[in-house]
Amino acid sequence: MLTLIFDGIAYGMLLFVLSLGLAVTMGLMNFINLAHGAFAMLGGYVLVVLMRQQGWPFLACLPAAFVAAALVGALAERTLYRPMYKRPHLDQVLFSIGLTFMAVAATDYFMGSQQVNVQTPGWLSGRIELGSGDWMLGMGRYRLFIVVVCVALALALQAILAFTRFGSRLRAAVDDPRVAAGLGIPVDRVFLLTFAFGSGLAGLGGALGVDVLGLDPSFPFKFMVYFLIVCSVGGTSSITGPLVAALLLGLADVFGKYYVPKLGGFIVYGLMIAILLWRPQGLFSAMARK
Amino acid sequence: MKDAAAPKDAAPGAALLLLAPTKWRPWEYALWLLIAATPFVFAQHGALINEIAILALFALSLDLILGYAGIVSLGHAAYFGVGAYGAALFAKHVMPDPLVGLAVGTALGAVLGLLTSPMIVRGTDLTRLMVTMGIALVLYELANQFGEFTGGADGLQGVVLGPLLGRFEFDLAGRVASFYSLAVLFVAFVLMRRIVHSPLGLSMQALRDNRLRLQALGMSVNARLTTVYTVGSALAGSAGALLSQTTGFASLDVLDFHRSADVMTTLIIGGAGWLWGGLIGAVAFKVLHDLISSVTTQYWTFWIGLFLVLLMLVGRERLFRPWTWVRRSAG
Repeated sequence: MLTLIFDGIAYGMLLFVLSLGLAVTMGLMNFINLAHGAFAMLGGYVLVVLMRQQGWPFLACLPAAFVAAALVGALAERTLYRPMYKRPHLDQVLFSIGLTFMAVAATDYFMGSQQVNVQTPGWLSGRIELGSGDWMLGMGRYRLFIVVVCVALALALQAILAFTRFGSRLRAAVDDPRVAAGLGIPVDRVFLLTFAFGSGLAGLGGALGVDVLGLDPSFPFKFMVYFLIVCSVGGTSSITGPLVAALLLGLADVFGKYYVPKLGGFIVYGLMIAILLWRPQGLFSAMARK
Repeated sequence: MKDAAAPKDAAPGAALLLLAPTKWRPWEYALWLLIAATPFVFAQHGALINEIAILALFALSLDLILGYAGIVSLGHAAYFGVGAYGAALFAKHVMPDPLVGLAVGTALGAVLGLLTSPMIVRGTDLTRLMVTMGIALVLYELANQFGEFTGGADGLQGVVLGPLLGRFEFDLAGRVASFYSLAVLFVAFVLMRRIVHSPLGLSMQALRDNRLRLQALGMSVNARLTTVYTVGSALAGSAGALLSQTTGFASLDVLDFHRSADVMTTLIIGGAGWLWGGLIGAVAFKVLHDLISSVTTQYWTFWIGLFLVLLMLVGRERLFRPWTWVRRSAG
């Protein structure tokens, strides 16, 4: 029981890191980026290649995955995404689906279509068990590691948003880009940095998730729904919304698969539709509060 | 066009302007004659013509929802799949007559569309995107789980149809199938033309462009969206029914996400918001598919993706009119 809750939380935290970048770009630029999963996949493959072929240690690969995804994100923002900001949502959806198609096929071409996995370092394998009987809590070390990293990230991000100059500029730009630009905030640069950072986070999440989620070229499509659920259910105006949504989703998924495996993803999708009907703007959005 | 005539006291210029696009143009007659001739001329490609006709019908149904009503849907396969499974199960267990099966598939699509439309008409683009996708995913999971009913991952096999109109047996080369699908496509096209140029269709386009204003004018926006969404779903259901009838097979593939994405790509290639978009897109999509597949079988999605990205970045108008590139850089 507790083990399930723990697994659900670990899964949810991972989803949170993966989708946070999407939530921010969605809230900030009002841009529906279905290609977000491609950046996560990039991070995952960077980790796999570095560890397997270059023999890098696991901990060094994680920042590398972040940096690689962030750089590609920055490049893509500059060249591809910027002209699309002002376009209708339909155009954005098609554009990013096209990008995802390209990423999937290209990955298939370069990396092969089979699922890849990596050997996690020894100090991260195995599990810790606490208590006994029905209330036994078994924590896989790797999942514990994920939770620790993700909680640290969430706290750091919250601190950046709340206390730094960049954070206040970002929040201003989210609320009203035009007024923010009028006040001399370099909105374009804020956009660029945020997009790059969000992509980097996705890359990091993808790298962390190789062992838990699995990694193959269809990754962006397989998890696109999950990212979108987190963003649409959580709303895009704060960090808390996506965090709660991601935890809910992780718990619902793990519990659903454990107790009623026959229904599969049915519970998650049904829950999502129900929540969206109840609160079309998401559970925690600014619109719902007003 | 008598029934759509404007009131007598309206300015004759305005009436003419409104009625002008409802007239059948000579090239439209010509194109339909050409389409009707294809199964005779390319008799050996009956299966391909059938596939194109079904894709065109599916794209046409999405056009009504997306191009005219402006509802962004990533789950249109839901209605297609319901129609496909409905027609297949009906033919297998109840009655093998194709036309009745088609009616059943269409009706199922319409019912599902009507049931789900309250979820579609509310919310923002993102919410709609998620809800439409969610509906398709839920149906996919259901079809997967009720394996004894739908055949699960193996698909539903052994669908045998009776002869069309009690006369024409479905042949292996797909000749009868291609005539059948083209005929249904034609009927749907004519129906769509009527709907699109009716007051309902005109108000849909106005609604797509400015929803708030229509509400201010006192139109019941939601009722209109519901109607159009139901009609679109019904057409998607009939496309699905055609597929499972003519191939004698229904599998989970009919509900898959890639089908929703494909049909959207098709429509966008052909152009959303005009009736020929779905038809032209279907031909272009299938031809592109065959061309690229003959070069690289596995990676053809890359080129479709590249095409979509270019189309969106450059814009349809400019991509298909190369001569405007020069003028723009000069100005």
